[in-house]
Amino acid sequence: MTRDRRRKLVDGAVRVLCLLATALALVPLGLVLFYVASRGIGGIDAAFFTELPKPVGESGGGMANALVGLACLFGIPPGVLAGVYLAEFGNHRFAKLVRFSADVMSGIPSITVGIFVYTLIVLRTKSFSALAGGVALAVLMLPTVTRTTEELLRLVPESLREAALGLGVPKWRATLRVVLRTAAPGIATGIMLAIARVAGETAPLLFTAFNNAFWPTGLAQPTASLPVQIYTYAVSPYDEWHRKAWAAALVLVAMVLLLNVSARLLVRHRVRSR
Amino acid sequence: MMQPLQSSALLVRPATSARNAERANARASTPAATDAPKMRAEGLKAFFGNVEVLKGVTLPVEEKTVTAIIGPSGCGKSTFIRCLNRMHEVVQGARVSGKVLLDQQDIYGTDVDPVRVRRRVGMVFQKPNPFPTMTIRENVLAGLKLNGIRPKDPEELVERALRQVALWDEVKDALGRSGTSLSGGQQQRLCIARSLALEPEVLLMDEPCSALDPIATARVEELIHELRERYTIVIVTHNMQQAARVADFTAFFYLGELIEYDSTDVIFTGPSEKRTEDYITGRFG
Repeated sequence: MTRDRRRKLVDGAVRVLCLLATALALVPLGLVLFYVASRGIGGIDAAFFTELPKPVGESGGGMANALVGLACLFGIPPGVLAGVYLAEFGNHRFAKLVRFSADVMSGIPSITVGIFVYTLIVLRTKSFSALAGGVALAVLMLPTVTRTTEELLRLVPESLREAALGLGVPKWRATLRVVLRTAAPGIATGIMLAIARVAGETAPLLFTAFNNAFWPTGLAQPTASLPVQIYTYAVSPYDEWHRKAWAAALVLVAMVLLLNVSARLLVRHRVRSR
Repeated sequence: MMQPLQSSALLVRPATSARNAERANARASTPAATDAPKMRAEGLKAFFGNVEVLKGVTLPVEEKTVTAIIGPSGCGKSTFIRCLNRMHEVVQGARVSGKVLLDQQDIYGTDVDPVRVRRRVGMVFQKPNPFPTMTIRENVLAGLKLNGIRPKDPEELVERALRQVALWDEVKDALGRSGTSLSGGQQQRLCIARSLALEPEVLLMDEPCSALDPIATARVEELIHELRERYTIVIVTHNMQQAARVADFTAFFYLGELIEYDSTDVIFTGPSEKRTEDYITGRFG
């Protein structure tokens, strides 16, 4: 009888501890969201998204998208293809090397990537540019996209590959039209999460895209981005700019949140349709 | 679960015996040159890494007949039929030596493209495996579409293939539904239809009923009976009654070797090997 009571007591205590720890972990998240929302909401209006920054004025809204778009262009195709190689063709020592490098790469601090792209592109072209920013973000996305693609392709049952091969379909076509297509929703989710991650990156952009108070006219020019804009405004001495920084932060958080939520909805939808 | 077969002769359909007799007559009266079997394995060995799972099998597959491969688990029967359309080598570390002749030509010849072999020798797998991203209709056409072939009349082809597997009436109003929405037995028949749509010469079936319930099994067996009018069929089964019901010829494999091959009634009524008899009567396996 006493043993039973003791067991129940320990059970209850551990449960309470787990609950507390979860709550503790959620507190910073809640606070950040709440603080950003309450400080940022006042600075947002239509002009915030459309007008150029004035000396003490608004911030550019769409620039992060442009950079992220470039990053997707440079980062997703090689990432997905590398993942396909690892999952479908990679049984050699080279594949192990690729897998290992991808794992190491995902642990590299983003500022290191910024410096790398700075020496690679910015120094050579003698200009900060959207291109350089896009490459920096792409490098950050690459390992995540590669590994997610690989993992998801491995989840595709072997029987489907055999079904396709058994129909006399060449391996490359079976990979592309059956295996990749079956894993596509999952891979899309992984890519969205990778995008959400790089959308908030500041450090690598300081070295590459830098900033621009005007509409950029080409990919070779310095380009503004939300994270860098937030940084610039936040360290300035002006109250007006601080308010804009909060507003920009709110927009950024909302975008990332939206990406995350839609990625999860996509997964849930897929599960339900099965 | 397997009962010893006291009167296994009863399991053999009279039709099968009659058919075999007819075939034997036909063979006796035709010249040797045209008498070559549709397929023939010669000294076929198969390996996984260093493990030899097939130890030199020589076995003919007669045209437009059903050949059953029976034997206990791990005897190499699945490996054997996977060698017949070069699916064995798909697995990492697997390799093959020896010959497999298809219409007298070695499919393991250096200039033979495995992809071409697989279009002529179709395969149905143990577990139904329709493509989950495709509709029923797309699944039937998958073999053609994935090979970049545009059928002249896809609707007619879909109907014909589904009718051949007796699935048309069940799914004709739901061709747009996912292939995986069907029941297991329907899925397996869909997979057979998918193979047939490519009009293969030989159809390999790797325990096609092992994942199906008795009713679905009966339907697939009926189907095999109809299909042998047009196709050469090799079926792997661990169910001896099934072999007795569907096959014209039966081969008994044990530990990677072919122990005995003969017409099905001989194998089930008067096998010459002791091990075959022991297995047939349920003494082991």
